[in-house]
Amino acid sequence: MADTLVSVVAPLEGVAPAAVQVRRPESSRRAAFTVPSFLGLVPFAAYILLFLGLPTAIALFTGFLDGTGSFSLTNIEALADPLILSTFGNSIGLSALTAVIGAVVGAACCYALIGTNPTGLLRSVVDSASGVLAQFGGVMLAFAFVATIGIQGMVTVYLRDSLGINIFADGVWLYELPGLILPYIYFQVPLMIITFLPALEGLKPQWAEANASLGGSRATYWWRIGIPVLTPSFLGCLLLLFANAFSSFATAAALTSQGSQIVPLQIRSALTSETVLGRENLAGALALGMIVVMVVVMTLYSLLMKRSAKWQR
Amino acid sequence: MSGQAKAFRPEPGALTRWLILGIVGLVFLVPIVAMGEFTLRRGLEGGYDFSRWIAVFSGGLTGEYKGVLTALGNSVVLAIVTVAVMLVILVPTMILVQLKFSYLRRAMEFLCLLPITIPAIVLVVGLAPVYSVIAKMFGSGVWTLSFAYGIIVLPYAYRAIQANLSAIDVVTLSEAARSLGAGWLTVLVRVLLPNLRRGILSASFISVAVVLGEYTIAALLNRINLQTALVIVSKSDPFVAVIFALLALVFAFFLLLAIGRVGAPRRSRREPAASITAPAAVTPSGASS
Repeated sequence: MADTLVSVVAPLEGVAPAAVQVRRPESSRRAAFTVPSFLGLVPFAAYILLFLGLPTAIALFTGFLDGTGSFSLTNIEALADPLILSTFGNSIGLSALTAVIGAVVGAACCYALIGTNPTGLLRSVVDSASGVLAQFGGVMLAFAFVATIGIQGMVTVYLRDSLGINIFADGVWLYELPGLILPYIYFQVPLMIITFLPALEGLKPQWAEANASLGGSRATYWWRIGIPVLTPSFLGCLLLLFANAFSSFATAAALTSQGSQIVPLQIRSALTSETVLGRENLAGALALGMIVVMVVVMTLYSLLMKRSAKWQR
Repeated sequence: MSGQAKAFRPEPGALTRWLILGIVGLVFLVPIVAMGEFTLRRGLEGGYDFSRWIAVFSGGLTGEYKGVLTALGNSVVLAIVTVAVMLVILVPTMILVQLKFSYLRRAMEFLCLLPITIPAIVLVVGLAPVYSVIAKMFGSGVWTLSFAYGIIVLPYAYRAIQANLSAIDVVTLSEAARSLGAGWLTVLVRVLLPNLRRGILSASFISVAVVLGEYTIAALLNRINLQTALVIVSKSDPFVAVIFALLALVFAFFLLLAIGRVGAPRRSRREPAASITAPAAVTPSGASS
């Protein structure tokens, strides 16, 4: 359980089963309806309402207002603008590409980690390093890649001076959309390790034993048991990686010098300058567009996670 | 039987394992090493030395890099206030829901995991007007950002605490204490919190890590924290920015390593909490008979 603490998104086995409540005595059930207990929920409810509910509502509904505060669909129509559409296309393409690469490489690492001691040194180091890169990096990952494949980066200089390869022969791409691919993979793979490893650990030893006693080989184990059982969680983690890349802002903000090639950067320029495409409240409309994509992805994610939980009972 | 089953364990062979981990590990080490190499460069004449590192630390709090250190101070304040917000608002509510409102558990989980679906960049669009009101009420001190940070650490903190909460029998523990004459405050402080200290500690550490790495909200609400300061410094002096980034990454790594240690089972140094848990495990069967 310790290794899943770092991650928000790892399947949490502990939450769903509520065995405790079965033997709940009558006295505490009655106590639940006294006034003071309900009051205890007020601070949290107020806090969530003020700092999560209200901002989300504002973000979603300002897109429907024009500059004077009256209802209007011009901002929503702006989402159909070719420039905005291509930005959403960039964001979705970048997220999909890095999610697929991250999921495959991350799953390979998870496979390599099967059977290692969960409290051992190797796993502790992998868990912590993954946590740092997946959830903490942001701006600092941008610096890391400037130091690595920037114009004077370590790898750039080595390739140029020792092997005669100029990675920027067709222009410096690091500060534009293609430059985001490597840093994004750099935080997607660790996220995959964090989220997918618990699923691999959920493979029951009895299945391997059953496979063995029925005369199966390693190959039949993986093709007939492992891969079918793991497919829903693999796809779920893939969607989560997509959502993660789609919503991430800091790395791109620190890396890209100009232009707004992805949606979060476009929201920034809409927030900081009021004149993007001559529309006010465009940030709200863009935020609405992002939320729509995120809700679709996260709904699919939770459906897949329910499916994969079937095997974890 | 078990000996035979061992031969069919799905784990990879040693060669495959170390080949995969070795290659991925090396590739992932390259950018970190590059950051180190970058900070040691000696300018135009080439070669390496520690002059930039020495320059950063010899100036102290009044040196050239005062801005970054002030920002680091801001981030530390934000981390402390965020953890306080979490401890005061989230932890008691989670205990209360576990104890008395079990039918709200699903709703609680949904609310706490909601910030994953709402990107920080979207939240900030709505936070801007909220914060213009807050600035009128509490001033524009940097600590007010902690209210927003409390939301973005919510999923992390919730997971850590809920994992601990599900592992202990809160209802039985509190009823045992109540039947022995303890008031609710005593139950909370002397029975439940000691049993939850692992979850609370993990939640606090992960919150600190998340707050120290946060950029989006601070940048768009024009507040100075460690990350926004690093971006500003990197424009004029990239070497210093990389030095601080490297230090922050290493610090976060050890912070998360500490979480792993804290979360590791059977490492209770304090006896009282353990002796409270022990009878609790016996109670349910005794009560039902």
